[in-house]
Amino acid sequence: MKRYQQLFDRLNREGRGAFVPFVTIGDPTPELSFEIIKSLIDAGADALELGIAFSDPIADGPTIQGANIRALAAGTTPAISFDIIAKIRQYHATIPIGLLLYSNLVMARGLDDFYAKAASAGVDSVLIADVPLHESKPFRQSAIKHDIAPIFIVPPNVEDEDLRQIASYGRGYTYLLSRAGVTGTETAAAMPTSELIARIRSYNPAPPLLGFGISTPAHVKDAIQSGAAGAISGSAIVKLIEQYQQQPAELLLQLRQFVSMMKAAT
Amino acid sequence: MSELKLNPYFGQYGGMFVPQLLVPALKQLEQAYVDALADPAFHAEFEKLLTEYAGRPTPLTLCRNISPNPLVKIYLKREDLLHGGAHKTNQVLGQALLTQRMGKKEVIAETGAGQHGVATALACALLGLKCRIYMGAKDIERQQPNVFRMKLMGATVIPVTSGSGTLKDAVNEAMRDWSATYDSTHYMLGTAAGPHPFPTIVRDFQKMIGEEAKQQILKAEGKLPDAVIACVGGGSNAIGMFADFIAEEDVKLIGVEPGGKGIDTHQHGAALSTGSYGILHGAYTAIMQTTDGQIEESYSISAGLDYPAVGPQHTHLQQTGRAQYVAINDDEALAAFQQLAKTEGIIPALESSHALAYALKLAAQATEPTVLLVNLSGRGDKDLAHVHSVLAGGQL
Repeated sequence: MKRYQQLFDRLNREGRGAFVPFVTIGDPTPELSFEIIKSLIDAGADALELGIAFSDPIADGPTIQGANIRALAAGTTPAISFDIIAKIRQYHATIPIGLLLYSNLVMARGLDDFYAKAASAGVDSVLIADVPLHESKPFRQSAIKHDIAPIFIVPPNVEDEDLRQIASYGRGYTYLLSRAGVTGTETAAAMPTSELIARIRSYNPAPPLLGFGISTPAHVKDAIQSGAAGAISGSAIVKLIEQYQQQPAELLLQLRQFVSMMKAAT
Repeated sequence: MSELKLNPYFGQYGGMFVPQLLVPALKQLEQAYVDALADPAFHAEFEKLLTEYAGRPTPLTLCRNISPNPLVKIYLKREDLLHGGAHKTNQVLGQALLTQRMGKKEVIAETGAGQHGVATALACALLGLKCRIYMGAKDIERQQPNVFRMKLMGATVIPVTSGSGTLKDAVNEAMRDWSATYDSTHYMLGTAAGPHPFPTIVRDFQKMIGEEAKQQILKAEGKLPDAVIACVGGGSNAIGMFADFIAEEDVKLIGVEPGGKGIDTHQHGAALSTGSYGILHGAYTAIMQTTDGQIEESYSISAGLDYPAVGPQHTHLQQTGRAQYVAINDDEALAAFQQLAKTEGIIPALESSHALAYALKLAAQATEPTVLLVNLSGRGDKDLAHVHSVLAGGQL
């Protein structure tokens, strides 16, 4: 958890925002996925958001559904995913690593086992896409017990009472949704007004990162100018993986270029 | 956050496991439902639609010929005679009225066998709502007549090719759609499963099945039946049939799951028979999954039962021992399908044929006078082409 704190302290000193890429672990194969994640770090990612592949990703659009399908078809299991995370943690000791997944993968292993395994692999935060605030108690308690930050989502239609609870229960960062819908670049990010972010920040939650539909440096710049602490980009990166999966060298080059371009906009 | 008005759990099963984004839409639906329950005008309108449009009450038929045992009487609750061809029409009329009360003009739905899609399409045509229906590509293939029915009634049918191309994947797509459109659109979920408040609303809008059947059988027999039997996919016809009998502890409640090619083959849809629990489509309930928690693809000859989870109240009824759940495989269901046609002149849905097949098994074993009540949840017209091809293929 403290890696997020250290990251945001450093970025504040630099007067910059965070750029956080998302990929699904094991996409397109476990071996190449490890290289992909290393390239994201090398190219300047401030933190990582990593998905564990699930058969029924209801919050994801076609692009990230495709990543889940490729990872599963390549034999990626949660156990293999944790092995890859542990290797990434060995590769980089301080970059915050967030997990993004669906509740049944947590339930299947058992909450305490899951969070213990995540902690020992070097994970800093866990966001469960289909656990809303009012179902979150056992998950967030187990997370805190294992020194993992529970991440909460702030949708554009958020109510004040939810903001109060998110500020109270959330750690690490706060996932601010740019718009309704599922993940993907089909619908671009809608920039929240600085008033909305100011309202959110008035509850003093963990630093808000804006996600959904973030695919260009302009999106990153706008997000930070509106008051977000940074931006998360998933589908735009996964599209590169989809496009260049048969040419690993070209894929890693494209990814490094994309990440440094996005980071430059922070 | 405003508190929920109704309990989202049945024992430890159920809940509202959805992206935070969808919580306000589910709460709005819950509020609309609670308000409607307190409004006599809602009840009057629902009742009027059920009676004058859908054709309730449906009859109770005592089978003349099919019982294999003179000691056993088999009664059929004739939801197959309901407008639309299955029990699905009941609850969509209720949800369509809720849609209007919420001021929404569009509806999305998922469908497996196409019966919920047909029901949704007819309710939307009647009440002036625009609807789009997600249906697995594989299901579109095996349920062509229902696809045409939906289109005739003005619905847009959207094929779903992701995953196994069946009901599970159609639900995924409908939920994805809804997370972008909830302001203007109601998700008319078709079974007593999914996130709260759907399991409660769908049960309540289906419970007239059991209420009517209870009065009808009391009139015919002067006593309650020994067992009530219904097929279970997601579980809406079964929970509608069971609800009014739950307090009658002498009445056995038996849910019949699709055994497919056998529950030891992995090619089945019998979630409750697997004894495995997890979260799918918003509820903690019995599901078919791998040890890692990946959802398994279900299988059944009957598209309407081809679903790897079950409504949470059924899981609770099983856990408390109030209801018993068994499996009937494809061949047994096909045999019952043909037998009812030959002996009683009724062509049942393949879904309902599962319930009937189990009733015939029970009847054959009975050693004392027994009254069985079977929910004949739908008619088999939609299955004719599929059954014809299976029979012609020499699979029986």
